[in-house]
Amino acid sequence: MVGRHKRSTKVIVSILLVLGGVFAGFPVLWMFISSLKSNTEIFAWPPKFIDAGFSLNNYIAVLRDSEKIRFFINSYTISGLVVLFTLFIGIMAAYAFSRFDFPFKEIINTIIVSVQAIPPIVLLIPYMSLIVTLRIFNTYFALLLTYMVFTLPYCILMMTGYFNTISTTLDEAVLIDGGSRWRVCWRILVPISIPGIISVGMYTFMQAWNEYLFALILTKTNDMRTVPVGINLLMGQHTYDWGQMMAMSCLGSLPVLILFIFFQKYFIAGMSSGAIKG
Amino acid sequence: MRKVKKAATPYLFLAPTIILMVVLLVIPICMIFQYSFLNNAIVEKNPEIVGFKNYSKILGDKAFWNAVRNTIFFVLVSVVAHMGLGMGFAMLLNSSYFARRTKTIARVIYVLPWMFTASVIAILWKLMLQPQGIIDYLLSFVHLATKDSEWLSDRSIALYTITFVNIWCGYPFYMISLLAGLQGISGDLYECSALDGADSLQQFLHITIPQLKPIIISISMLDFVWSIQSFAVIWMLTGGGPAKTTETLSIYIYKFAFNSSKYALASAASVIVLIICIIVAIFYVRQQKKARD
Repeated sequence: MVGRHKRSTKVIVSILLVLGGVFAGFPVLWMFISSLKSNTEIFAWPPKFIDAGFSLNNYIAVLRDSEKIRFFINSYTISGLVVLFTLFIGIMAAYAFSRFDFPFKEIINTIIVSVQAIPPIVLLIPYMSLIVTLRIFNTYFALLLTYMVFTLPYCILMMTGYFNTISTTLDEAVLIDGGSRWRVCWRILVPISIPGIISVGMYTFMQAWNEYLFALILTKTNDMRTVPVGINLLMGQHTYDWGQMMAMSCLGSLPVLILFIFFQKYFIAGMSSGAIKG
Repeated sequence: MRKVKKAATPYLFLAPTIILMVVLLVIPICMIFQYSFLNNAIVEKNPEIVGFKNYSKILGDKAFWNAVRNTIFFVLVSVVAHMGLGMGFAMLLNSSYFARRTKTIARVIYVLPWMFTASVIAILWKLMLQPQGIIDYLLSFVHLATKDSEWLSDRSIALYTITFVNIWCGYPFYMISLLAGLQGISGDLYECSALDGADSLQQFLHITIPQLKPIIISISMLDFVWSIQSFAVIWMLTGGGPAKTTETLSIYIYKFAFNSSKYALASAASVIVLIICIIVAIFYVRQQKKARD
């Protein structure tokens, strides 16, 4: 009786597992299938699943278009820079939070935590005039600086948590030997924290790679546009060449997917502790 | 001298962060408050101070209240559905019925929707929801749609459609957080209660939920704030239309600022949204502190 009960539960749970997979995965699969079809095949009724004439024409068209390649170069450059600077500045701040007690520590910490609650669109209005005043409108620098407002807090909170788990005995040994604080931070703590740094770096890359709103408003010319804005521009320009748009979307999602698949262990560990600790 | 140097050390390490946060966070927030009390901010060289006039204009605007209603629907349904789906998927991934390998593969698939940027999500769903698109085709088998259903341009369903898309792309965050929480619950608790004769539902209500409560509260507050801010997917799917039926507060502000250059009014509306978000954030920070202690 118990056995039969258990078996029927297993069947139900398995069905749910598959349904969940369809819900989550089918749209993604459809995007990929569509990227291999021509525009007329995409709108065939009934839709063609596997009997369409698949080809890589859409990908070739995207990769031959220097304007679209430029979107990718921009996105890689900006996301790479954001990761580097966020880690550099964030690790320094995390070191201060983890190893020192100082006046205003709580206040500074609260401000950093509260960034998560500030709607980007609220900041965008003042940024319009601020970025123009700083003479960095339509440059990588404008996106680098503004993205860091949103990527730094997560980096600081995660790295502070990470450093807190590392005993201070090593630090003290180095300090007694006449090593500087700077050395302790970069030569002792950072090498031990590589898994945490990978997870933070990945999340930062994803945030920067996927950002849309700031890139839309703070850049103006097509040679400065990033992939998310570029994909949306395609929607307007080539009135709905869906095959190419899907190919572009697949290519644009690839870096994040690859990062995720390779580092998912770190990533999930980082994300979940982030959610618990904030 | 040495003492001063010692006291300054943490601030030196924090200096880049502090400078960045002051210039690009504190100052802009002050600016937006300032703009909200001016007449024609940014556009005019010497705007005059008009006090709360912008606020009364916003609060008297029918479109504002329409946006508030849409946002409330969008946010509440999103948060509840994210929670339900996230919990369901997390429990599937944590169940003892499947092999480890199956669960790893399922986890990668379940997390997928979260990997995509807003413009990809928008364009992908736009394709699927096209009249005569794949969604129409699949739903026509169960008679839920016809060949030409207008998911995004029918006034009575567009809001449901964008909420659904937001649900699709947002639940993995809950799933991952809750999964970590589930894995942290000691198996002893379940064994003891099973000995006491508790069934699965009772175990879920009296062990799982209370154990996960801190995570549930944290992530739903974060999601609440994120959903209020949600802009890009809605903007690219419907642009707030048809007839403002999908216009949320973010879209409302964006249109004021960047479509019609009424920065002062947009700032006043922003301040209102900002205050709502900050109130939620205060609860969030308190919750975090409680969880830490």
